[in-house]
Amino acid sequence: MHGNWALMRKRPRLEQRARIVQMIRAFFVARGYLEVETPHRLPGNAPEAHIDAVASDDWFLQTSPELCMKRLLAAGYEKLFQICRCWREGDRGKRHLPEFTMLEWYAADCDYRRLMDECEILLRALVPQESFTYQGEIIDLSDPFERLTVAEAFAQHASLGLSEALETDRFEELLTQEVEPHLGRGRPSFLIEYPSELAALARLHPERPQVAERFELYIAGIELANAFSELTDPEEQRLRFTADEAERRAAGKLPYPVPEKFLAELAAMPEAAGIALGLDRLVMLLTDATTIDEVVTFSPELL
Amino acid sequence: MLSTSDLRKGTKLMIDGEPHVIAQFDFTKPGKGQALYKCKLRNMITGALFDRTYRSGESFEPAALHEGDMQYLYQDDSGYVFMDQKSYEQTILSAEALGEQKYFLVDNMGVKILMFGERGIGITLPNFVNLRVTKSDPWVKGDTAAGHTKPATVESGYTLQVPSFVEEGSLIQIDTRTGDYVTRVKE
Repeated sequence: MHGNWALMRKRPRLEQRARIVQMIRAFFVARGYLEVETPHRLPGNAPEAHIDAVASDDWFLQTSPELCMKRLLAAGYEKLFQICRCWREGDRGKRHLPEFTMLEWYAADCDYRRLMDECEILLRALVPQESFTYQGEIIDLSDPFERLTVAEAFAQHASLGLSEALETDRFEELLTQEVEPHLGRGRPSFLIEYPSELAALARLHPERPQVAERFELYIAGIELANAFSELTDPEEQRLRFTADEAERRAAGKLPYPVPEKFLAELAAMPEAAGIALGLDRLVMLLTDATTIDEVVTFSPELL
Repeated sequence: MLSTSDLRKGTKLMIDGEPHVIAQFDFTKPGKGQALYKCKLRNMITGALFDRTYRSGESFEPAALHEGDMQYLYQDDSGYVFMDQKSYEQTILSAEALGEQKYFLVDNMGVKILMFGERGIGITLPNFVNLRVTKSDPWVKGDTAAGHTKPATVESGYTLQVPSFVEEGSLIQIDTRTGDYVTRVKE
């Protein structure tokens, strides 16, 4: 009798995954970041219309450690990182698991542009030869990554411009079907400056308030990370939470309590930027895996 | 009614009065946006393939099909012949209707035939089938690392990846739902 073949065949990638995680830890520690752990189970998450939490008794499993990380920032911890599990109900696909691993990092006195620079340095640290091959495509990390605004990306790649796509409620459809496949080809791309209505916790651009200081990182058409300059205005944040929570409840979702402690402490939070990176997807890219299942020990179907 | 959370490869839906099966399925969700369910659908009567993308909140009518217990008899010029185990009536399915499943048919195997009215349009195989390896490269000395694979062809002509220790002549178990190797069968 042999062991479970589906598990046995993952060994080379699981070994690479362990090395990548070690390198990520070493990278952040060397740059003065403090590794923290925050609770997985929370009274509520930041309300988001399209991210559903898994209920756990009368609390919820975290969809992201974002609120706790920012409360630590507000308490004076200037550079923080965390590698943790997050849960998102119903997310299952080639690149989605309902339970997945997130790498989040936050830095005070930082903004989304400096965070993009740090992403470039991180990827080069993980790939010392500065290029790798994903599904036959060479991804070169040696030059600066592409930085493309959402409006530019729609103009170049989509059949509708950005404002028309938003007006006709086709933003997400066109983004996934027409824009994303062109991003991160040959070198990574930052898709930057999202329309302000698509930024629950991001700061608006000071000169162009119609866009938020938010970016997503793409490699080989795969969305890898979401980041922004953090909104630090508690009143503005409360208004956005109220609107998003109303949308959640209208869709029949279990209510979240208002995160009052977070809102109260937000006033003490310094200017900061933060990023959430899908660690499983990063491992997929660096180990040339076609599905997220190949880089985790157990997918739900194997349990 | 079905919801988007029921959509996956193999889900059968009624569209414009005809049964369709999801041949390829991909879940995508941009950043903080709404989930999209990208489907390649096959019309189970005409075989026509087309793409359709659904969003959360949409609902679907399950395909009005019934299943009959049948036995696989043989293949000839007319197609793959099955016999109803109660009425002894025969039903013929084309190679196109079977797709990759034709590789997992073994003589006298019991299967469930999907019927749309009087017409056989698809089959449900047992989850696992044992087939003999007829062609595979020999084991390379030194290649003992767990996780190493090599291609192998089985008696039906189907080719798949197997562990390096599987040899020509071995009987192996295959998961008919995924087409993947499961284990070597002791004889």
